[in-house]
Amino acid sequence: METLVYRFEQGTRTVPATPQVVGVVGSGNLEVLIEPAALGGACQIQISTAARGFGATWEAVMRDFHARWQLADVNIAINDMGATPAVVSLRLDQAVESMLGSAP
Amino acid sequence: MSSFLEATARERLAQLFDAGSFSELLPPQARVISPHLGQLDAPVAFDDGVAVGSATLGGQHVLVAAQEGAFMGGAVGEVHGAKLVGLLRRAVGEKAKAVLLLLETGGVRLHEANAGLIAVSEVMRAVLDARAAGVAVISLVGGSNGCFGGMGIVARCTNAVIMSEEGRLAMSGPEVIETTSGVEEFDSRDRALVWRTTGGKHRYLMGDCQSIVPDEMGAFRAAAMAVLVGLDAGTTALTIESVEAEHQLLSQRLLRFGSATDPLDIWAALGMADPASIPMMEAAAFIDASVGHRAGDQ
Repeated sequence: METLVYRFEQGTRTVPATPQVVGVVGSGNLEVLIEPAALGGACQIQISTAARGFGATWEAVMRDFHARWQLADVNIAINDMGATPAVVSLRLDQAVESMLGSAP
Repeated sequence: MSSFLEATARERLAQLFDAGSFSELLPPQARVISPHLGQLDAPVAFDDGVAVGSATLGGQHVLVAAQEGAFMGGAVGEVHGAKLVGLLRRAVGEKAKAVLLLLETGGVRLHEANAGLIAVSEVMRAVLDARAAGVAVISLVGGSNGCFGGMGIVARCTNAVIMSEEGRLAMSGPEVIETTSGVEEFDSRDRALVWRTTGGKHRYLMGDCQSIVPDEMGAFRAAAMAVLVGLDAGTTALTIESVEAEHQLLSQRLLRFGSATDPLDIWAALGMADPASIPMMEAAAFIDASVGHRAGDQ
């Protein structure tokens, strides 16, 4: 397993209080837990992944995600079992949409 | 119309029970995860593969659990099992009418070895304790991983089992039988054979499940509601009479069908017309055709 943490400062969009989880920890899939957290306007993402050595790819996917949503005071935790970047992006969008009920 | 088979555990909880009624205990954000998987450098899930809580079914308060088959095949680890046990004990404490278990599992999570085995045996004890305390326990089996191993035993310890044809229920799974007894004994890649042997229709004919339904969320919901209504008549506890009747049924099964090599032979012996056509029948037609031919009926 490999643990990765990313933090993006100065987001603009907050989320409601009720945490949401989307996806499941199955082969080629991941679960995303999203919840509000007092992070001084930042969005923090912790990833626990079964696929080692893909830090650069994760970082690119997370940067794109933050550029789409600009979340503030949000904590996201991911348990990954080898999902592809496209699946990760879709799950992250699904997680935010389940919180906000809308597309970016 | 939505499929029970294809839904995740959480989708089942959302769609089977009254809309918005599911209230989760130890939700994912509580992060009650397996203490063992991390030590093995294996991925964990925030709910350890099972969601437990309360819900209403047709307005009736019930406690519910749903296993996620996609996470480690729905296998029961220490935390996963403890969540099921805690739910069943809670049902006794709050004198709940029923606990509904949406089972999709390969049984014990082998990664957790003895802790997993103990967890499953504790679930069995908790099921029987709940029944003895007047709480009905109902199993719903319709996930793609079926319900196997120790959890297959748990399902049969409950008051009623509701299955779809696609659902499977057994002790040893197909691969286990093939590995231990050889491919000549059981070919686990022969999907038709696997479903004939462990699928809902065979279980219904053998009297191992009480209801068979099409693979639709609404059908599972209606069957669960019907079981709840039917519960008002009798006792929920396991009685010595029911155990003796079950033993009687099992010894007759061995006597009558012990030499059969395929469920088709058994279905023929039960008097089912055109056994070969059974796997293709819709649930309603199958139920009509099986009247008077189920093992318990005869």
